[in-house]
Amino acid sequence: MKRLSSALAVLALAALAVGCSSPVKLEENTDVPVESRTRTPAGGAGAAGAGQGAGQSQVTTVNVDKGATTSAARIVYFDFDSFVVKDEFRPLIEAHAKRMAANKSQRGTIEGHTDERGGREYNLALGQKRAEAVLRSMTLLGVSDAQLEAVSFGKERPAVQGSDEAAWAKNRRAELKDK
Amino acid sequence: MPLPPTPATRRCVCASLAAFSTLPVWAQFRVEISGVGATQLPVAIARFRDEDKAGPNAAIGAIIRADLERSGQFRNLDVSAALDETSQPAMSEWRGRGADALLAGSVSRLADGRWDIRYKLWDVVKGRDLGGQSLAVVTADLRLGAHRIADAVYERLTGDKGVFATRIAYVTRAANRFTLRITDADGEGGQVALTSVEPIISPAWSPDGRELAYVSFEQQKAVVWVQDVASGQRRAVANFRGSNSAPAWSPDGRQLVLSLSRDGGTQLFSMGRDGSGLKRLTQSSAIDTEATFAPDGRTIYFVSDRGGGPQVYRMPAAGGNAERVTFAGNYNISPAISPDGRTMAYISRLGGGNFRLHAMELADGNVRALTDTSDDESPSFAPNGKLIIYASRAQGRDVLMTSTLDGRIKTRLLSSGLDVREPVWGPFNL
Repeated sequence: MKRLSSALAVLALAALAVGCSSPVKLEENTDVPVESRTRTPAGGAGAAGAGQGAGQSQVTTVNVDKGATTSAARIVYFDFDSFVVKDEFRPLIEAHAKRMAANKSQRGTIEGHTDERGGREYNLALGQKRAEAVLRSMTLLGVSDAQLEAVSFGKERPAVQGSDEAAWAKNRRAELKDK
Repeated sequence: MPLPPTPATRRCVCASLAAFSTLPVWAQFRVEISGVGATQLPVAIARFRDEDKAGPNAAIGAIIRADLERSGQFRNLDVSAALDETSQPAMSEWRGRGADALLAGSVSRLADGRWDIRYKLWDVVKGRDLGGQSLAVVTADLRLGAHRIADAVYERLTGDKGVFATRIAYVTRAANRFTLRITDADGEGGQVALTSVEPIISPAWSPDGRELAYVSFEQQKAVVWVQDVASGQRRAVANFRGSNSAPAWSPDGRQLVLSLSRDGGTQLFSMGRDGSGLKRLTQSSAIDTEATFAPDGRTIYFVSDRGGGPQVYRMPAAGGNAERVTFAGNYNISPAISPDGRTMAYISRLGGGNFRLHAMELADGNVRALTDTSDDESPSFAPNGKLIIYASRAQGRDVLMTSTLDGRIKTRLLSSGLDVREPVWGPFNL
């Protein structure tokens, strides 16, 4: 799988660079901001608290590799050159909005992306429009503006490599992530 | 329940975001020239006497030969004669060999450990000595010394200022590592300004060449940083809500214009170089981005899709009414203005999804394509206005190219194994 091989490549590259010869010890992870990597079951409702309010023996894996795991149920896809949220994604957005509106301390990020075609800065702005469209949908459903930040990766972080319509369609997206 | 850690998800979190460091050049650049201009001046450049004693970076003669050849305006003749700046070459002999000019010199060690590089240039056609110079450089500046001599020879023979002693910055990507690199204009002597596992885009040199602004995604969003090149010290000048990108310096170095989404959408803002005095410049409900100043500092060119698709516009530097500049095609982006303010380089999307480098004469709006490639991006002018550097794709890899303004002479800076993008040409060395 792409993530595994790229993860190994980064590990190998890093090991080459600084002579690390063994896997990172767990305590070294404390220098890095903790990012929740819980898997969200479809529908998303039950996962709100997972990874927060940890007990003493809780261990959370930190992954600073790009493309951290995002469950498929948190991704909205877009048509070419469009930032319109299609009807088929309304249930997904409603489910997340309901979850966040019910818990005002829950914060999140919406990351907008484009396919590889076109200029980097213009695509960064297009991705921003996609993220903001999803954010608007969620604030209309009761989520507070302060709970969400819309950001963009433009074309810099494709989910799928490739230069055909199948790959492009998988890259035109907005991802909902918990903070 | 969180996943148990597995070897594949552990990371060696080290050497990320290292500040300025000097690494050995492991991505060698080679040059290919395609297309020939009207005339190339034949020049004979001898190996500099004793250059081998100054170490591997001191192939002075070879560096000068490569610089002049890369400009496309010179043709190097083979020279095996042992000459230096004190020689008395027979002009008739060199005329017979077809040379218009002859360069010779030497390298010797000074008492303080520096190197004394001397040279002399002859006009073979007129049969006279054009004079010479001596430069004293530390070992680390031997390449720079050779480039300065190439600039002096170029200027003496063409009348134009040379850019061989300038630097370029660009981003490379290998596996999942991004680096922001600074090299000589010939791609050699590379040093790393920033290394990251997250993307780096839109580098921009400050007008004095001391700082680089850039966008880094290390915080999982676009944030604009300004970094002092020599010390590696850096500061985040824009980390507002949402995305912060496309930094552009005013010609006096005092202001930055940025694309910010803090008010919703993407709009242009200006701020002092220390991040103070934020002011919104555009007031459209469209995407306004990719600002760049005209060299007189009075006009900003930028990209806006307020008319439907992205086109280039210009407005007064303090904001105000925008005037559309590009009309051919429905997708025009990435403007760069020449140092004399007369020419705009930009990328235009043609039918079939090809993105091609174009140049427009701003006085009459006349447009010409400069390449026949289909994946061009990110044009940037050399400070003498004679060359444009840009990124393109060849054989499935990102490459850096330079082109003359008429598109006739192109060189390719090859990098083995790395994808290279986002080149920006630095200013004249002070």
